[in-house]
Amino acid sequence: MSAKKYDAGVKEYRDMYWTPDYVPLDTDLLACFKVTGQPGVPREEVAAAVAAESSTGTWSTVWSELLTDLEYYKGRAYRIEDVPGDNESFYAFVAYPIDLFEEGSVVNVLTSLVGNVFGFKALRHLRLEDIRFPIAYIKTCGGPPAGIQLERDRLNKYGRPLLGATIKPKLGLSAKNYGRAVYECLRGGLDMTKDDENVNSQPFMRWRDRFEFVGEAIQKAQAETGERKGHYLNVTAATPEEMYKRAEFAKEVGSPIMMHDFITGGFTANTGLANWCRENGMLLHIHRAMHAVIDRHPKHGIHFRVLAKCLRLSGGDHLHTGTVVGKLEGDRASTLGFVDQLRESFVPEDRSRGVFFDQDWGSMPGVFAVASGGIHVWHMPALVTIFGDDSMLQFGGGTQGHPWGNAAGAAANRVALEASVKARNEGREIEKEARDILGEAARHSPELAIAMETWKEIKFEFETVDKLDVK
Amino acid sequence: MPLQNSTMGDYQTKQTLETFGFLPPMSQDEIYTQIAYILAQGWTPAIEHVHPSQAMDDYWTMWKLPFFGAQELGDVVAELEACHRAYPDHHVKLTGYDNYTQSQGSAFVVFQGRA
Repeated sequence: MSAKKYDAGVKEYRDMYWTPDYVPLDTDLLACFKVTGQPGVPREEVAAAVAAESSTGTWSTVWSELLTDLEYYKGRAYRIEDVPGDNESFYAFVAYPIDLFEEGSVVNVLTSLVGNVFGFKALRHLRLEDIRFPIAYIKTCGGPPAGIQLERDRLNKYGRPLLGATIKPKLGLSAKNYGRAVYECLRGGLDMTKDDENVNSQPFMRWRDRFEFVGEAIQKAQAETGERKGHYLNVTAATPEEMYKRAEFAKEVGSPIMMHDFITGGFTANTGLANWCRENGMLLHIHRAMHAVIDRHPKHGIHFRVLAKCLRLSGGDHLHTGTVVGKLEGDRASTLGFVDQLRESFVPEDRSRGVFFDQDWGSMPGVFAVASGGIHVWHMPALVTIFGDDSMLQFGGGTQGHPWGNAAGAAANRVALEASVKARNEGREIEKEARDILGEAARHSPELAIAMETWKEIKFEFETVDKLDVK
Repeated sequence: MPLQNSTMGDYQTKQTLETFGFLPPMSQDEIYTQIAYILAQGWTPAIEHVHPSQAMDDYWTMWKLPFFGAQELGDVVAELEACHRAYPDHHVKLTGYDNYTQSQGSAFVVFQGRA
């Protein structure tokens, strides 16, 4: 290569970072941003600025650039597309060479891609819509500690979604009373129960005491029902040292699974804990507190499909995805789009689901999609249809709000689930025939009959705020 | 005034056998339909049995080998009945092996043994 001369000053980003003729390599990491620039700035310049500021660029040329080959290391904006139905924003596609990123570190990937660039003044809004991770990079990540197949084998659950509940009230119970609520859910027919995300180790219930009582609840319910049970003991803590201490004890009390909040806890903690779980034969349930702060605004932040992909690489065996039908935000097509990213080994580009790239996951184990939030027995046929077998249907009030208590509520959930799965296998259209299928099942289950009566009027019908961009 | 509890059901813990354990025993037709579902998925049917005292073990005893290439519902039913005749006290379970996921696509107990 011919020697370049140092030319100090500020250049237009597009001179170096807008490369419309570039054909991305199989090893490139690709990103799609939804960009809303300041008025009057050309699209190519804004797209190039995003590529530059999320890779090698600095606002002013520096002499030390000439000591390396920036042509090899730079990110490239290689395509611009209109956003359907939106005149002020556009999609910018950027290719990054794989050597920009440390192996096995979604921390490093995100620090580049969604770092300083999001505060860049030439932009009004910026949203990271999707990342295509090259298979070469995926092979450097640990991924889920166990994955769907191994979890099914460990827990002996086949041919149906798993069933769980988050223990309520979420705050204020003593350790022994909390363990009681767990035991009642498990003996009634749930596979697993869950700590609420904000249950860590508060004055009313310290973590060690909770773990001990819950451990007894699990063992007793297993012995009495003959089925395998678990409870996601939340080990999210203020420091990694404390988190690992709790993880050790969760294993010691005999739960097959623990849980972590991957966004508030952070990707570094999450990846470390996932590795620990893999080495210790423990399953890892992942909650997503704080996600809506980042992913709900349609023009700014990070779409959840990106956070879901990052979690699969960082490691987790379950991830909350929303329910589509319950109390929390979630468009159906968009949700199915990132549910695929959790579970499949190859996901093709599909704009109707908000999937911007083909994504090859190779041999990376799959993650159970967790549908949680405001769901009850009437939703069961729809949940089985939307999420399929490789999911965890996570109730809360929909189990423990049963007039006869947690055990009866759990039995109602289980009967409704099994009736829905059985009917689906028989080839029936279970969403359309929901009333008949549940009604037939309730003839053999007074618990389900009462549950259906209790929740017959409850619906959560609001428009989704973050809709897919469609024509 | 009577206690609120007087109208409340008492839920008794049940010993159950995982998938479909909370449904009433299936009729012959219903069992056939579930077998047909397993075959339609392209899964390999297989039969296992165990004494109820060992039902929580990972491994039950295989009845012959999995029925690779099985297409006929009647063949699978005949094997299930043969296993049940040979081990009338045992639980008899039908599994659908999915060689793509390397897991069991489905598994449910067809005949319950006497504890």
